[in-house]
Amino acid sequence: MILRGLWKLTWIEIKIFLREPLGTFGTIGFPVLVFLVFGRLAGRRLAPSSLATSSFIRVGLPVLASLLIVISSVLSLVTIISIYREGGILKRLRATPLRPQTILTAHVIVKLMLTAATLAVMVLAGKRYYPIGVHVPLVSFASALLISTWSILSIGFLIASIVPTARFAQPIGAIILYPMIAVSGLFTPVESLPPALHAMARVLPLTYAVGLLQGIWSGDAWSSHFRDLAALAVVFVVCTAVSAKVFRWE
Amino acid sequence: MEVPFRPLAGVSSIDFPGTHPSRDITLDPVDRLHDCRTTMPSVIQVSGVRKTYGSTVAVDEVSFEVNEGEIFGLIGPNGAGKTTTMECIEGLRTPDRGAITVLGLDPFRHAYKLQDRIGVQLQQAQLQKRIKVWEAVDLWASLYQRQAIDGDNLLEQLGLTEKRDTWFMDLSGGQKQRLFIALALINDPDVVFLDELTTGLDPQSRRAIWDLVRGIRARGKTVFLTTHLMEEAEKLCDRVAIIEHGRIIDIDRPQNLVDRHCPERTVILATHDLSAEKWFRTIPGVEAVVSTDLRWTIRGRGDDLVTEVIHCLSENRIPVTDFRTILPNLEDVFLKLTGHSIRE
Repeated sequence: MILRGLWKLTWIEIKIFLREPLGTFGTIGFPVLVFLVFGRLAGRRLAPSSLATSSFIRVGLPVLASLLIVISSVLSLVTIISIYREGGILKRLRATPLRPQTILTAHVIVKLMLTAATLAVMVLAGKRYYPIGVHVPLVSFASALLISTWSILSIGFLIASIVPTARFAQPIGAIILYPMIAVSGLFTPVESLPPALHAMARVLPLTYAVGLLQGIWSGDAWSSHFRDLAALAVVFVVCTAVSAKVFRWE
Repeated sequence: MEVPFRPLAGVSSIDFPGTHPSRDITLDPVDRLHDCRTTMPSVIQVSGVRKTYGSTVAVDEVSFEVNEGEIFGLIGPNGAGKTTTMECIEGLRTPDRGAITVLGLDPFRHAYKLQDRIGVQLQQAQLQKRIKVWEAVDLWASLYQRQAIDGDNLLEQLGLTEKRDTWFMDLSGGQKQRLFIALALINDPDVVFLDELTTGLDPQSRRAIWDLVRGIRARGKTVFLTTHLMEEAEKLCDRVAIIEHGRIIDIDRPQNLVDRHCPERTVILATHDLSAEKWFRTIPGVEAVVSTDLRWTIRGRGDDLVTEVIHCLSENRIPVTDFRTILPNLEDVFLKLTGHSIRE
């Protein structure tokens, strides 16, 4: 019965999401666009012989685009949860035998599927338009991306718990999440950051997501990223536990 | 896994009378039958419930029982504590004090078990903007352990068949409320909770909804509703509890409340006979006689007042060109009990 409700709710939420063309395009299209446009620009302007450039195009840019996918998904979750709370939809669902965690799980599944779909679009588009061939362990990378999304979605629930109204959900979420990219080690290695930023990077979850994604994209073995995985797991456990305490249903 | 709706034994028709909005329901045989059911067991027991939000006391010392098969109304102005009380009974809120039993279950310890057996319509709750009517019904049907009733049949009875594929955001207010009723009935519940069901609807939609609610009772269900509309309470409810500032002031059948708190009767008549006033003053039970432009307003108390006035008129051969009686209603009861109108 619980599984039946979960599946129905998930399927309906997917359909509802796709019915909003602007939201769908924004969430899926934005990361893919960044990936393609920057890839082409960088590929055309700079000589491929430049080592730093080619490293950024080969690893940095795909990981950046992937991070944007993660953040898009999380922001989409924050927005939907706060709209549903404001509209009393969460409360209405709670007045059924559906378990509260089932309601939230359905949204997590939708967002994970969205992440996977966006990655697929990005890879397909990359095959056709990306200047440098994509030869990466795709299955491993997709798994790493889903694990990162899963972990950071829990931050989304935390944000959704504290934003006062649906109007502020997206901006507040964006203000919290996007700046994390700057110190995540994507542009400058974490080790070479000034001490203050270095300390900050160490506690921000995106740093570990970047470490994992960059490593897997470059062909590292999972075992060499145990620390990143553990950190992401800790983020998930802590944020979920705190959300469970402070989450507001109405 | 859906089965066709099975009519309940003893109820010959499950037809929602929504298609006959003009039917005078007070003469409906079902209603009269219902009036005879005075010894029904209670399905909801509330005793000594108190709920506070911070320093605000939302409800206090609230106690009442709801009998099986009746339409019970909790009436009072906005902010009186109606929704808080209802949501405590539904298991959505935990009271600070007091005991609640619904269908023999504790709404907090057995929330899921209870929610499987009740139907709920929440005040101001929306659905997903772009969910289609049939999807909402289909989703809700899948959430209950109980066998859901046939969704298409239900939509047809509620006049929503044509709106099956319409998004929730494109429905009118009345259609949304009918969809909420459908969702509240999909699990064939024993008790249905309706919170301010007709607020914001035009009078015609409101009447149609009333007929639907009577239809729910005709299916043998118990209905617990809240409203701040006295007319709604008077026309729809078998019994009402008046709540103000979080406390129940009185509970009874609407007519009994009127009889108890507002025994006043008023007769307004027109006559050219200027000597009539002295006769009016001799009528038993009369308390005041006021005249304005050959119109007399006679106030008094007791059920016999009108009979006595008519008797006086015929005995003294007073010619009358107009004759009206004004009976007090729940609105007057509320005014009397609280000192202010419910609309204030």
